[in-house]
Amino acid sequence: MCGIISVVDRAGNLMDGSKIKLALSLMDERGSGEGAGYAAYGIYPEHADCYALHVFFDNIIEARAAVEALLRAWGTIVHDEEIPTCDQPNLKKVHTPWRYFFKPDAALMSGSSSSEEEIVTSLVMKVNTTVPGALIYSSGKNVGVFKAAGWPEEVADFYRIQDYRGYIWLAHNRYPTNTRGWWGGAHPFNLLDWSVIHNGEITSYGTNRRYIESFGYRCTMLTDTEVVAYLVDLLARRHGLDEELTVRALAPPFWDEIDAMPEKEQNLNRAIRLAYGSAMMNGPFAIVVATHKGIVGFTDRIKLRPMVAAEKGDRLYISSEEAAIRRMEPDLDRVWMPRAGEPVIGRVY
Amino acid sequence: MAIGSIPLRYQISIDRDRCMECGRCVENCPYGTFRREGDRIVIDSRNCTACHRCIAMCPRDAITLTEHPCDYRSHPIWTRDARESIYNQARTGKIILAGMGSTQSLPPIFDQILLDACQVTNPSIDPLREPMELRTYIGKKPSRLTLRRREDGDVDLETELSPNLKLDTPIMIGHMSYGAISLNAQLALAKGAQASGTFLGTGEGGMHPAIFPYQDNMIVQVASGRFGVDVDYLNRGAAIEIKIGQGAKPGIGGHLPGEKVCADVSCTRMIPLGSDAISPAPHHDIYSIEDLAQLVRSLKEATEWKKPVFVKIAAVHNVAAIAAGIARSSADAVVVDGFRGGTGAAPKIFRDNVGIPIEAAVSAVDQKLRAQGVRNEISVIASGGLRNAADVTKAIALGADAVYIGTAALVAMGCRVCGNCYRNLCPWGIATQRPDLVSRLNPDLEGEHVANLIHAWTMEVSELMGAAGINAIESLRGNRDRLRGYMLDEGMLKVLDVKPAGA
Repeated sequence: MCGIISVVDRAGNLMDGSKIKLALSLMDERGSGEGAGYAAYGIYPEHADCYALHVFFDNIIEARAAVEALLRAWGTIVHDEEIPTCDQPNLKKVHTPWRYFFKPDAALMSGSSSSEEEIVTSLVMKVNTTVPGALIYSSGKNVGVFKAAGWPEEVADFYRIQDYRGYIWLAHNRYPTNTRGWWGGAHPFNLLDWSVIHNGEITSYGTNRRYIESFGYRCTMLTDTEVVAYLVDLLARRHGLDEELTVRALAPPFWDEIDAMPEKEQNLNRAIRLAYGSAMMNGPFAIVVATHKGIVGFTDRIKLRPMVAAEKGDRLYISSEEAAIRRMEPDLDRVWMPRAGEPVIGRVY
Repeated sequence: MAIGSIPLRYQISIDRDRCMECGRCVENCPYGTFRREGDRIVIDSRNCTACHRCIAMCPRDAITLTEHPCDYRSHPIWTRDARESIYNQARTGKIILAGMGSTQSLPPIFDQILLDACQVTNPSIDPLREPMELRTYIGKKPSRLTLRRREDGDVDLETELSPNLKLDTPIMIGHMSYGAISLNAQLALAKGAQASGTFLGTGEGGMHPAIFPYQDNMIVQVASGRFGVDVDYLNRGAAIEIKIGQGAKPGIGGHLPGEKVCADVSCTRMIPLGSDAISPAPHHDIYSIEDLAQLVRSLKEATEWKKPVFVKIAAVHNVAAIAAGIARSSADAVVVDGFRGGTGAAPKIFRDNVGIPIEAAVSAVDQKLRAQGVRNEISVIASGGLRNAADVTKAIALGADAVYIGTAALVAMGCRVCGNCYRNLCPWGIATQRPDLVSRLNPDLEGEHVANLIHAWTMEVSELMGAAGINAIESLRGNRDRLRGYMLDEGMLKVLDVKPAGA
């Protein structure tokens, strides 16, 4: 059991983090005080053309030196600093969060049309699998993840989340079972432009992981959620599927439904299931995936976890609980319960 | 040489108080275990094969069978089997022929793999109340799709898909030829496969006209003897399978004893009446992987690229690399046949010693194909000694797309696994061509039994999937996280990529 909430302002207006903190804290009973986190898009306008790498360091001597050596070998560190934090009485600061604004040197990675992204992806995989005491947990442009082991309000106050202003926010309150409540295991998960929050368990993880690893991704965070970020990256970025088709591949219609479709649609859906069968996600889950273009929320094919959506003007909300949304915006235009597997899409205009 | 009589293998006895001397045992036993002398039924236990036909047909439950009524001096190395094989070969100077799968007492790995179920954190799914999808497609899948969304929101599929076989269950029936088994037996299997929405192999025996009504559920086989192969045969099948090897006898070709080559078999196979049909060990046009790729393409050309082509190989040490080579040809599926696979006739020395278990083989194949990024290029079908729905589920979780069953389907038709298939005397009408014996098998009734078996196993697979919180078979495939090894050594766990129980 976990709590998730996300909001997008489709007109691109910025919101500070104070309200989402309140909303997430309202769902404290869905968590256990062992992990919470926030992600926001649009928070680094002054470095919008750099990849913002957020790193947890166990110590800032050897691990940091190793990471910086890798970054310098593959590009330029435009700016870096310790992420400002504010001590909380019950939150033990076991890692030092650091951020780099990084420009990869595209000429170093040949043979790819998106070589900057390939460099960043491979750096993330390399640091997380080979550099002891360092974990890159956020790596997109103009986006940042802030997470730690603690209650939602403690983590928000630790990072002073109210000081950041973004047009998309994601927040997650964790009740850990699969792994201990460690900082890297808290949500959101991020890779490049993709961020994911997830309530549930992916019973198809073994299949999904082997599938995604055959494309060169490495699952390093001991949890099933990161596989979602990689699957979305593969389908949406590398294979060029749009949000709706990506969700269709991850939570496809049942064969009975496909058999009843008109022929063209039948062929399309059959092809998706044949090609992406190993990417299909099974198990109880409600997930929100975000990019700088918007958010997509969806559940498993039989909706074993709650997900509610709401709108108010330009703002679209997706959450585990309606009460949490109303904490951010009491006066909503529309509230609805999406059907199983049906995506809720909030695109920035 | 004075070897003398070998102790009886089986002893038959009749409870004379119960026996009413109806003589059904005499009529039913083709091996000559019973005869009538005056008003008495006399037993010759030496002829008994433990086929159980007499026991099954006795109306009074008067017959009992004891195995090994006479002991040898026990010895851990010089087992009964070791000694009796030597007596046999000292007498005959021949290679020993055997029927059915390996009799080695090696523990099946399947029995040391345990399945997972949901508790609390992930709810189990009830197949009685929720959809449970076992539909399986066999064939090449695109590794990515090119989709174009039009202005009006419609999506165009620009990737062309290769032909796939659509199965309602991941359970298929493997190749048992007409010749090795009777026409009635093959008809029953075909009826069972058709009723179950699945497929059946012809084996290397051609296709008898009586099977034509079921051809849309048949996979036609091209093996090294090329028995029964012409373009009409290729076009009749739903798919074509090139048989390179067989789990029961890797490295050698098929054996059909001349006793079983009756007129109809001879016509269907296109071979002389009564001749032994010994397929060559290799295909004489395949001496390399590129030769195989050529044959795959030739068969596809002959059938206008409309049929999936499978390649069946025995599970041998290098099976993963061989499968990876096959994945790079135009082939659509690779069948991996484990060393426990059954057979009508195989040299005992091969059956009991050559090849590796299907569990390890399918796991190695799936991992190699994934590591090389070619898993979508080819479907993997596991076969060789699958005994129940748990074996099927485990094989799929280890990486198979579907399975072939063989012996299990024969057992559903009455087979008692007596292992005398090569003698043409099968009392159940399965592995024989003798008309009086063949007529004992009713294809409609036995077809129903085969369909029942597949249906029952399919339901059990659904239940196991639901308990594991999975509602589509795609999410079970290669999902080794849902398996745990019990009393398996570290090396084997690594090969299987399965964690030990408790981890």
